[in-house]
Amino acid sequence: MNYLDQFRDKELVRGLSQRIRTLTQGRGKPLTFMEVCGTHTMAIYQYGLRTLLPPEVRLISGPGCPVCVTPNGYLDRAIALCRQPDLIIATFGDMMRVPGSSSSLMVERAKGAEVRIVYSPLDAVRIAVKNPGKRVVFLGVGFETTAPTIAGSILAAKALGLGNYFVLASHKTMPQPMAILSADPEISVDGYLCPAHVSAIIGANAYRPLCAEYGIPCVVTGFEPTDVMQGVEMLVRQALSGESRVEIQYSRVVRWEGNLKAQAILAEVFTPFDADWRGIGVLPGSGLKIAQRYQAFDAELAIPVAVEELKEHKGCLCGEMLKGKVSPFDCPLFGKSCTPESPIGACMVSSEGTCAAAYKYAR
Amino acid sequence: MCVGVPMQVISIEGDQAMTEVDGVRREANLMLLDQEVVVGDFVIVHAGFAISKLDQEDARETLAMMREVFTPESMG
Repeated sequence: MNYLDQFRDKELVRGLSQRIRTLTQGRGKPLTFMEVCGTHTMAIYQYGLRTLLPPEVRLISGPGCPVCVTPNGYLDRAIALCRQPDLIIATFGDMMRVPGSSSSLMVERAKGAEVRIVYSPLDAVRIAVKNPGKRVVFLGVGFETTAPTIAGSILAAKALGLGNYFVLASHKTMPQPMAILSADPEISVDGYLCPAHVSAIIGANAYRPLCAEYGIPCVVTGFEPTDVMQGVEMLVRQALSGESRVEIQYSRVVRWEGNLKAQAILAEVFTPFDADWRGIGVLPGSGLKIAQRYQAFDAELAIPVAVEELKEHKGCLCGEMLKGKVSPFDCPLFGKSCTPESPIGACMVSSEGTCAAAYKYAR
Repeated sequence: MCVGVPMQVISIEGDQAMTEVDGVRREANLMLLDQEVVVGDFVIVHAGFAISKLDQEDARETLAMMREVFTPESMG
């Protein structure tokens, strides 16, 4: 136990719940707040925080589960790569069961492909060191929290002079999708719980232009239950007073300017590109791919493969879910043909997907 | 995927730190940090890297403030 566990204190959570009730009492139209990050979605379901909020506060989930917003085409390329001889795919565990157009890495591994789950991209570099006769491809997905760790692995591989370490990079960045959602009249968000650890890297200043342009309150919020409840309380206060500012609830970790060294490493190894978001589409400059000077490490360029034709899964509402337009319970597949054991959509696969969280904690 | 665990630094060798929380130990690479870290500090560990330092004084202040304002008793 350490004192940081006090951020899970039940009494404090109850106190915050009471405060939010008092503040919003008698307000007719509910306030809609979006938690952008999948880790928030998980925390909200895991601790049952929705049940502690009054009907005047509605939380919707956003596009912040990196596995969920990764389009099928990326998976299809990873699957084509894992079928190559003398090639090892290294990946975070989340990607294993995500269905591509016609297969998944899990299925391919059962058929004999060498797919290894790692905890850190540095573990993938170690696999490359130990297997000089094989090519090792790390699946680089994730937001700005994860992208610097993958940049770090490329720098480590370069320092070691490795010629057999590659990254299939499809990183996404914030806050571009939030701008798209803010402009969507169907969604009408009254405030954002901004991601905790993405913001540790990019800094809270990153939300200022969005906040100014759309007049929507933004609170950078931590992942513990007291953090989430306090983040909501701060959003409620802003919304009720008609203000729209960027605030930092998670001030023990997030600074206004962010982590400048990690930002410099991202700029060194990656370059912005127009990324494709499942459900949202292609957003200009919303992703990171490997910069030309590091292209020897770019799996897409270094290992050409034929990728199967793209097929989307019929009936799956993941796309609408990632925009906060529907909840898992609106999807006809949820809990029926789509379950964590045999997922159809990405939102059910990733442990941070809205459907997986709803299935596990709220069904 | 953006889960990061607050862990305490128990030793540092070059860019590599050993960190611990509740008896669990993990290596954390320090190359991404722009703040100085010493043994005893808390860092947020994500995928084998420390991505941010945790300001312990700030954490205690936040907790103290929450206790003062948001405990059910004090709110009547």
